[in-house]
Amino acid sequence: MAHASDHAADAPAILSEVKPAVLPRATLVENNRSFNWITEKICGIIEGKTPTWWWVCFILACFVASFTVAGITYLVITGVGVWGHANPVNWAWDIVNFVFWIGIGHAGTLISAILCLLRQKWRTSINRAAEAMTIFAVVCAAIFPVFHVGRVWYAWYLFPIPNSNVIWQNFRSPLEWDVFAVSTYGTVSVLFWYIGLIPDLAVLRDRFFNAGNKIRSFLYGLFAMGWRGSNRHWSNYEMAYLILAGISTPLVLSVHTIVSFDFAVSLIPGWHTTIFPPYFVAGAIFSGFGMVLTLMLPLRAVYGLQDLITQYHIDCMCKITLATGTIVGYAYGIEFFIAWYGANPYEGFAFINRAFGHYAWAYWIMIGCNVITPQFFWFKAVRNNTALVWILSIFVNVGMWFERFVIIVTSLARDFLPSSWGYYSPSIVEIFTFFGTFGVFSVLFLLFIRFLPIMPMAELKAVTPQADVHGGHGAEGKH
Amino acid sequence: MAVQPYGVIATFNTAPELYHAAEQVRDAGYRHWDCITPFPVHGLDKAMGLKRSIVPRISLAGGITGFITGMTMIWWTGAVDYPLIVGGKPLFSPMFAFPVSYELTILFTAFATIIGMFLVNGLPRHYHPVLKYDHIVRGMDDTFFIVIEARDPRFNLANTKAMLEKIGGAAVTELEP
Repeated sequence: MAHASDHAADAPAILSEVKPAVLPRATLVENNRSFNWITEKICGIIEGKTPTWWWVCFILACFVASFTVAGITYLVITGVGVWGHANPVNWAWDIVNFVFWIGIGHAGTLISAILCLLRQKWRTSINRAAEAMTIFAVVCAAIFPVFHVGRVWYAWYLFPIPNSNVIWQNFRSPLEWDVFAVSTYGTVSVLFWYIGLIPDLAVLRDRFFNAGNKIRSFLYGLFAMGWRGSNRHWSNYEMAYLILAGISTPLVLSVHTIVSFDFAVSLIPGWHTTIFPPYFVAGAIFSGFGMVLTLMLPLRAVYGLQDLITQYHIDCMCKITLATGTIVGYAYGIEFFIAWYGANPYEGFAFINRAFGHYAWAYWIMIGCNVITPQFFWFKAVRNNTALVWILSIFVNVGMWFERFVIIVTSLARDFLPSSWGYYSPSIVEIFTFFGTFGVFSVLFLLFIRFLPIMPMAELKAVTPQADVHGGHGAEGKH
Repeated sequence: MAVQPYGVIATFNTAPELYHAAEQVRDAGYRHWDCITPFPVHGLDKAMGLKRSIVPRISLAGGITGFITGMTMIWWTGAVDYPLIVGGKPLFSPMFAFPVSYELTILFTAFATIIGMFLVNGLPRHYHPVLKYDHIVRGMDDTFFIVIEARDPRFNLANTKAMLEKIGGAAVTELEP
C-alpha cells in the first residue's frame, strides 16, 4: 500500500530526522489475486453444482430444526406450563436462550459497523457472513420471548397498535424498551446487510444473464435494483453505508444495554448492578466472535477461502475474543468485589450462592469456558492451529450460554424468603425447543451460503493492492 | 438520420488508468458523464469533481423525525390518551421515554438513509442503456468504463470519441438509447 509514502510530502519536518519505521501492512488478499479471481471464486460457489455435503448438512439441519417446530407447536396447543419454569424461577431457559442468541448476533454488527468506522480493512472478508449470522441469530432469539408471552396470537400487543382494550403499553418497563431495541436491531441489521449485497447481486444478475439463466438473473436483478456500478451511485452508496455503520454502532451497544436493563432495573440481588450494561456488551461481542470463528473456519476449509480469510484474519478474531473474554473475566471479579464491598447481605449471599450453591456446577463451567479458554489465544502457536481455535470457539459458545443461565437462574432460585426457594430444571419441551434453534440457524445459514455471495466482492476488490489508484506513483509521493 | 446514441463508452483496464482519464474528462468540462466501476474506487469522486453526497441530510431529517415520534408517542399514549399511574411514577418523563426514542431515532435514520440513497441515485431503474452494453458484465467484475452522455452540451460524437481514445480508452463504442 502506498499510504505510508503518500503522506510523506506533507508530514512534519521532524519525521525526516527521526525516520520512523514504516510498519508493514498485513496482506488482506493473499497470492496477489486479480479482481476476476475474486469474482469467480465467490460467484463460483453459487453457480456451481450443489455439493453433496450441503444436502447432507441441510437435511440434518432441517431435522434438528423440526425439534423447535415440534416444541413450539406443543407449547401453543397446551400452554406455557409445558416449560419448566415455575415460582420462584419464572424466567429461565427462554430468557437465557434469548440473551444467548441476541449476544451472538452482536459480533456481526461489531464487524460490519464498528470495525468499518475504525477502518479495520480485515473486516471485509468476514463481514457478509457475520451479518447473516446476526440476522439469523436475531430470528432464533425472537422465538423465545414471542412464545413466552403465552398466547402468541396476542404478541402484537407488544407494539403500540390501538386495540380493543384501549389501554397502551407501559413505556416505563425495560421489557417494552427491549421490544423496540430488538425489533430495531433486527430491522437495521437486515437493511445494512441488504445494502451491502446490492452491488454483488448486480454481478450475479449479469453473470446469470450471460449464462442464459433468465429466471435467476431476474430474481437477483429484482433485488439489485438496477445497480450499474456508476461512480455517481457509489458516491452516495458509500456515504449511506458509512451512515449505517455510524448508527449501527450506538445501536449494537444500546441493544445489549437495554437487554441488561431487563435485569439491572429490577431489584433482584445479583441483577441490580450498574456493571450490567458494559459487561453484557463485552460478553455479547465475546460470544459473537466465538460463533464467527465456529462458522467461518469450516467455511474457509470447505470452500478453500484461505487466500481471503488469511491467518491474519484468524489472529485478529482470536485477539478480539481474548480482549472481550478478559473483560468478561474482569467483570466477574468486580461483581464479587462489589457484592462484598456493598455490604448488602442479600447481594453477598447471591454471589456466594452462585459459586458454591446448588448451581455451582454451572458457575464453574462458565468460569472455565469464559475466563480460561480465551487465555490460550495469547499464544501464536494456538492461533495458528485452526482446529484448536475452532474447538476453543465452541467452548466460548458453551460458556456464554452458561453465563446467562447462571445470572438468570441462580438469582431467581434463591428468593428473599427461604420458604420460596426452589431449584429449576428444564422440561424436555424446553430442551427440544432450544436444541432445534441450532437447526433453524443452520438451515438459514446454509441457504445463505448456497444462494448469496458469502463475501462482499466489491469490498474485497477495494482492499487489494491493484485497487489503489496511486499504486504506481506512491514512491514519488504524488497524489 | 440515425438515432442519436445515448452516449459513448470507453474501456479502461486498471483503476489508475481510469482515475487519470476521469481527471481529464472532468478538466475537459463535461458534466453528464459517469464512471462504471466494479467497486468504489478511492479518490475517484475527487477525480470526477463530484460534490459531497446529500444523503446525510436526509439521514439527519429521518433521525430527528424518529426521536420526535418516540417522545410524542410515549407522551400522548401515556399522559394524554389513557393516563394510567404505574408504580407511582410520573405519567410522562423524558427519562423513561429515552430508550425507545433512541431506538426509533436509529430506526428512522436507517430507513431515511436507504430510501434517500435510492432516491438520490434514481434507483430502482431496471432498464438503462449502460446495462445493455455487451461487456457490462466485465464492469461488474474487473474492468472500468467511462460513459459520456449525448445530452452533455460539449458532446460531439467524433470529438468525444477521439478524446476518449486519446486519454487511453479502449473499445470506444456508441451506446444505444
